[in-house]
Amino acid sequence: MEALLIEGTPKTPSVSFDVDKGILEIKGRSIPENSIEFYKPLVDWLEEYTQNPGPKTQVNVHLEYFNTSSSKCILDVFKKLEAIYKNKFEVQVNWYYEEDDEDMLEAGEDYESIIRVPFKMIEIVD
Amino acid sequence: MSFKINEYYTEICKGDIVLAFKGSITPDLINEVLEAVEVKLEAGHEDGKTRKKLYNVLVESLQNLYHHIEETHDGIDEDLDPKFGVLIIEREGEGDYKVTTGNFITSVKIKFLKEKIDKINSLSKDELKDMYKFILNHQKISAKGGGGLGLVDIARKTGKKILYKFYPYNDTYSFFNMIIQV
Repeated sequence: MEALLIEGTPKTPSVSFDVDKGILEIKGRSIPENSIEFYKPLVDWLEEYTQNPGPKTQVNVHLEYFNTSSSKCILDVFKKLEAIYKNKFEVQVNWYYEEDDEDMLEAGEDYESIIRVPFKMIEIVD
Repeated sequence: MSFKINEYYTEICKGDIVLAFKGSITPDLINEVLEAVEVKLEAGHEDGKTRKKLYNVLVESLQNLYHHIEETHDGIDEDLDPKFGVLIIEREGEGDYKVTTGNFITSVKIKFLKEKIDKINSLSKDELKDMYKFILNHQKISAKGGGGLGLVDIARKTGKKILYKFYPYNDTYSFFNMIIQV
């Protein structure tokens, strides 16, 4: 599969998937008015990846802000990963949050409680 | 008519105003407001936590306005933009902000909106968390792009009750005023 690369903007995160290493990275802000449009390429890409995933997939989510409209799309992304995990492939989500950002930590824990994939909460200390 | 936009706007603009806007709510306007507020808060040395909460509340309330504003017609002041909305950010003290939004709604929607906010206001922190997770996991994003999560998220992040008022405007429309304390 081709690597996936979406550049970040002030309202949307950068997205990259390194197929060789099995690392998906979502980084920045996710506050678009139309989040479905933004996340569609990623969700479609993951749909294809699900058919033939690598032995190990690591997902690094490093978001400064996300709006509620993105939150549903992010859940869709995690549901694709859950499908891979269910098929006995290794999947690990690393949820990064800035020091003292309890809201972002809680957001990660919300996903962890909905999605059956191992999550690791990682605090970024300056 | 008893309700006058200009009088209302003058009234809510009293105080230590960080930003005040009335007019068309567009994606460009949302970008401008968010950028301006970010610059101001940084210059004002507001702490990171407050900045983030306020920023989050602004994103949700502006996008709520953008997605839900009625394209107003019947008998509303012709000078008003069809996507007319009001946003005021007021500083109330050290780390305390008040965000006020205003927009026209068809009066038939008052009941639905009132019940929704009253329900959110009646819930504890944990109940709000459960409600958020339930909506996140069970409801599709509407055609308008909203997910029905905005107000729940605002209540969760601020830990405060959402204050609101409906002003009768004409036979069809009311003006919906909402106050969020951050």
